[in-house]
Amino acid sequence: MGLGESIRLALEGLRANKMRSLLTMLGIIIGIGAVIGILTVGNGLTGSITGSMSGLGASNITVSLRKLDDGMGGMTSVFGLQSPDEEDMLTADMLEDLRARYGTYIQGVSISESAGSGQAKDGRLYANLSISGVNEEYKSVNNLTLLGGRWVRQKDLDGARSVCVVSDKLVNNLFSGNIEAALGSDIQVDRSGELLTFRVIGVYEYDQSTMGFSMASEQDISTSLFVPLTCAKHITGSGDGYASVTVQADPTIDSSALAMDIQTFLNRYYANNDNYSVFAMAMSTMVESMSTIMNTLSIAISVIAGISLLVGGIGVMNIMLVSVTERTREIGTRKALGATNNDIRIQFVVESIIVCLIGGVIGIVVGTILGYVGSSLISEPCYPTLGYIALAVGFSMAIGVFFGYYPANKAARLDPIEALRYE
Amino acid sequence: MPEPIIRMRDIYKRFYIGQPNELEILHGIDLDVMPGEFLSIVGPSGSGKSTLMNLIGVLDRPTEGSYILDGVDVSAARDDRLSAIRNKSIGFVFQNFNLIARTNAQKNVELPMMYAGMPAGKRAQRAKELLAMVDMADRMNHQPNELSGGQKQRVAIARAMANDPAIILADEPTGALDSKTGRLVMDLFHKLNREQGKTIILITHNQELAQETDRYVTMRDGRLYVGDTGEEVRYGTR
Repeated sequence: MGLGESIRLALEGLRANKMRSLLTMLGIIIGIGAVIGILTVGNGLTGSITGSMSGLGASNITVSLRKLDDGMGGMTSVFGLQSPDEEDMLTADMLEDLRARYGTYIQGVSISESAGSGQAKDGRLYANLSISGVNEEYKSVNNLTLLGGRWVRQKDLDGARSVCVVSDKLVNNLFSGNIEAALGSDIQVDRSGELLTFRVIGVYEYDQSTMGFSMASEQDISTSLFVPLTCAKHITGSGDGYASVTVQADPTIDSSALAMDIQTFLNRYYANNDNYSVFAMAMSTMVESMSTIMNTLSIAISVIAGISLLVGGIGVMNIMLVSVTERTREIGTRKALGATNNDIRIQFVVESIIVCLIGGVIGIVVGTILGYVGSSLISEPCYPTLGYIALAVGFSMAIGVFFGYYPANKAARLDPIEALRYE
Repeated sequence: MPEPIIRMRDIYKRFYIGQPNELEILHGIDLDVMPGEFLSIVGPSGSGKSTLMNLIGVLDRPTEGSYILDGVDVSAARDDRLSAIRNKSIGFVFQNFNLIARTNAQKNVELPMMYAGMPAGKRAQRAKELLAMVDMADRMNHQPNELSGGQKQRVAIARAMANDPAIILADEPTGALDSKTGRLVMDLFHKLNREQGKTIILITHNQELAQETDRYVTMRDGRLYVGDTGEEVRYGTR
């Protein structure tokens, strides 16, 4: 008896018992659907996180100071719990040396320094903001888009001018979206009680995806207000050093290797510093480790979801056993008519495989829908990869064989006389 | 004189061998059946006639003795070999029809040919011919639950004929039918025997039916006797 015959027989058997077949498949459908859905959402999430990190500049290298042996593995400086003292900071001279040494590989060195947060007010209108002091290169290194006006220039830095570049969100809140009206206007910023006045010289486009998630409403969302770095230092009263800078590497070179070089180079200045050393990390390295973490996480969750596949498989086995008992006379008749033990075994294994396969295919469809809906809620819509689909098909067939074999073997070994006599 | 198609010698069948409740059902059976013969085996229930039928139909092996079917010694063949012999050489007709449920008449008739590995087109053709022969051509696509008892048994006879077996083995084929349809089924057996020269073995407890066949033997307490009161059937091999 050929395989085609067995498949036809199995399909007839399933058609004859539609409700039971569907219920049997349900376990497989839920299992495969959950695994595919979770993997797809995980993929979408990984893609969107790494994408937004790359959006900040895939070739960027973050150079920061790391406190040596503070008993917390350097965590205090990472979380900004303690900022380095003035004499430990990176200086403009060091950065000049860095440019001189690696100039051909570096497209820009962006410096930014937070000057706290505040609120711009105009009567009843307001906009939440965080004040960042930046240098000229900050814009290109961080891929900012200007919608109007200009960016911070050297003259602004030299003069520590009270000028600012605002987000389009702020323009929406304070100037009803009129960029022309905003440019050249003065805005009042309340920085925890201290009133500061800045003249708007430019408007940049606020990009939600690269600037982080926010739970605040559209109205209350906090955007960055960029002011000249020198101006920010004036506000905070801090000295000339920098706690961290961002180096934009030439996109054609290996940024993680350059990060190592920069770290080694700058650490020469810290050779005698007992408190701090320089730590440089390429964004690409961070993206890699982040996607590794995300992948591990989604695989771990799908393994848990995969337990439902095991339960589904046991369900299939249970129903197959019932089916074998129920069809004992049929098995006896088939044997009397010349079916070999193997014919019977194949018939039942094929039936079990087909139940699982149909369940698996429905599960893939369900999982694709779940994954699509789930990933579009979180970020960009995403489809399962062909690899996942092939894996799901293979896995459901394997479940069919594994959980179908025992009942099928039981059927194959039935004594034809006993089976024919069975009531 | 032609060779017998069935040649059984000194057949014993015991169950629960080696256990305290060991049971001997057949106490040495000899039986020859000639090609083209229509033989009945009668006997009350518990006489061992079902056990003998299972042996003749190679659903089971004898504990002792030799059984040559159509020139092949089947007394010690393996399971798969027995399956092949049942498929090719024996056509079963059961008291309760044993048609496969939810499978139409034609597919039921095709089953033995399917297990014999006959191509789909060829066996569909033959199934149609066989159903026409038993006057069931107009009900080929009916499922068993849409057929009457007599119709079911005619489908079963067509199925038994599928691989043109040497023997048709009918176990109480009229037992579940009323006398009128039972008559039709018996007429069909006579017709197959007369027109196609089929060897038919009828197992029954109905004396009247037994007497209308060529020859009948009676099973009593695990032994076989000629007619209903005759001598024990032995061919002097001991």
